[in-house]
Amino acid sequence: MDFKLDKSHLLQQELFRKFAETEIKPLAKEMDENEVYDQGLLEKMQKYGFFGIPYSQEYGGGGSDTLAYTLCMEEVSKVDASTGITISVHTSLCCSCIDEFGTEEQKQKYLRPLIDGSKIGCYGLTEPGAGSDVQGAQTVAVKDGDDWLITGSKIFTTNSGFADTCIVFALTDRSVPASKGLTAFIVDLKEMPGIEVSENIERMGIRAASNCIVSYDNVRVSPDRILGGVGKGFKIAMSALDKGRIGIAAQAVGIAQGALNEAIKYAKERKQFGKPVISFQNSQFKCAEMQTKIDAARLLTWRAAKAKDNHEVYGPYAAAAKLFASDTAVEVTRFAVQLMGGYGYCREYPVERMYRDAKITEIYEGTSEVMKMVVSGSMKLK
Amino acid sequence: MKIVVCIKQVPDTAEVKLDPKTGTLIRDGVPSIINHDDRAGLEAALQLRDKVGGTVTVVCMGPPQADVALREALAMGADDAYLLSAREFGGSDTYATATIIATALKKIGFDLVVTGRQAIDGDTAQVGPQIGEQLHLPQVSYAEGLDVDGDYIIAKRQFEEEAHMLKVKMPCLVTALSELAEPRYMSVRGIVDAYQQEITVWGFDDLKNDLNPEWIGLKGSPTNVFQSFGKKMRDPGTLMKDLTPDQAVEAIMAKLIERHII
Repeated sequence: MDFKLDKSHLLQQELFRKFAETEIKPLAKEMDENEVYDQGLLEKMQKYGFFGIPYSQEYGGGGSDTLAYTLCMEEVSKVDASTGITISVHTSLCCSCIDEFGTEEQKQKYLRPLIDGSKIGCYGLTEPGAGSDVQGAQTVAVKDGDDWLITGSKIFTTNSGFADTCIVFALTDRSVPASKGLTAFIVDLKEMPGIEVSENIERMGIRAASNCIVSYDNVRVSPDRILGGVGKGFKIAMSALDKGRIGIAAQAVGIAQGALNEAIKYAKERKQFGKPVISFQNSQFKCAEMQTKIDAARLLTWRAAKAKDNHEVYGPYAAAAKLFASDTAVEVTRFAVQLMGGYGYCREYPVERMYRDAKITEIYEGTSEVMKMVVSGSMKLK
Repeated sequence: MKIVVCIKQVPDTAEVKLDPKTGTLIRDGVPSIINHDDRAGLEAALQLRDKVGGTVTVVCMGPPQADVALREALAMGADDAYLLSAREFGGSDTYATATIIATALKKIGFDLVVTGRQAIDGDTAQVGPQIGEQLHLPQVSYAEGLDVDGDYIIAKRQFEEEAHMLKVKMPCLVTALSELAEPRYMSVRGIVDAYQQEITVWGFDDLKNDLNPEWIGLKGSPTNVFQSFGKKMRDPGTLMKDLTPDQAVEAIMAKLIERHII
């Protein structure tokens, strides 16, 4: 058993770290305040392959793996969690559906431009009335000749403000439960008539990320855009979320490590009672506790990533990683603000943003409660 | 067009400290990077290749750990890489280093050789020009612009407050300033490919037919460092402008006499 990254992963980590420090960090505050993601930055990341890391070079991807993808998620999220979710939704939720369930033709037509950096993807599952309870979905697809007409509304669709391609889930058979009646469609958000994307939803954190309501009004979709067959949508949606959770876990690790690093840097300079704040044993012990939790969260995340790369069962590992890492992110960012005192609470420093950003990791792509359902489900308790 | 770029792996001096006793760099635990000027030279070479076609080969002399610098260059887009590494090469000064690299370059072949102006750990700015001299190549040092026109390169050479535009027939050598080009990042795909590619490692035996062992390593190095020490800030010199040659001679003589130098 080896806990060290190999040379290729170390070099990839260096690329992600350098890029994040140089290109993303200077923009993070402004993007958060304006609630707009910088499109120039997006294009740069596409150019260097950040949007196709674990996918085959045969389709224009990076040819790397899930472990490298978690390194990217951690490094970018250390400086900006919004960048993390932008990459994650595209990579784990949108691309993975086509990569795993698409036909060769669909991969050439839809996956290639997504992973070679020319298009951005998103994923529409959550509805105003159906969050953790996917069974409550109301969006329907009705057959019209060979085509399907999709009608309904999806909420919290990350990236939808600028994405090209969306995997949208709609009920094609309402007489059976969603687990059997849900179908996944590949739709083109920018070109298909009947699609309306709302303004960015105002949120507490990850405010630079695009997150909108996407409404579908009799949107005509040809049958060659169905993924994995009619009625296979539930399985596809859940499989994508398993992958997504590895990315969110890594995002949470990044937020936590980024906040702790910032707070330590500050506490070394800030003097109270005649000495640097970091020189108090309470500061040191708390930092030790936080770093230990971050390391544990990272190892859980890497375990899930390696299991996926080795084609082993990874769903419960991914859930455990996300459960622990998101909890760690919230705890560490809260501590980071506390260590910095009043300045930590000010917008001049990034930790208040990180504290706001951390909370979402306990909610999206399955809440912490859902994570406990997944982990306990794997424990043969019943 | 075959471009060969010489790179050096150096300690990241942004994170390095000096040993107060010996005056030398403390290299332990300091990350290694590709020297800034060399990286700019590599970027300029990649841009030229993308414009006119051809290949970019990177060459690095150093210990086996310098492998990562070459992987990085490959991940930025270089086509192939050579590592010159041998016990016999250790202890070489700039002259001996240039001898080894020039020997390798002859074997590799090139139309254009690009080196960095100087390395941030030694700051000599000698190896590039010495390679050029040993290969009997025309050379342009301190390049801040580089283009190709048929069999010629067009280089913009920084020269104090001026710049010279030079047209030089290939084969030739250019030493690059950091200003020459803003280096690109590696790409994810580039890194994955870089670790699947072979790097040619040449030791002494691979070059020995053209390399006299007396010319390399400590033995072949005319310079020896006998002391390293920190520099003290000096006062800026006096600039006397618009003098005739006679006035200038007089002014210099007066200063030398004033300081009892003559």
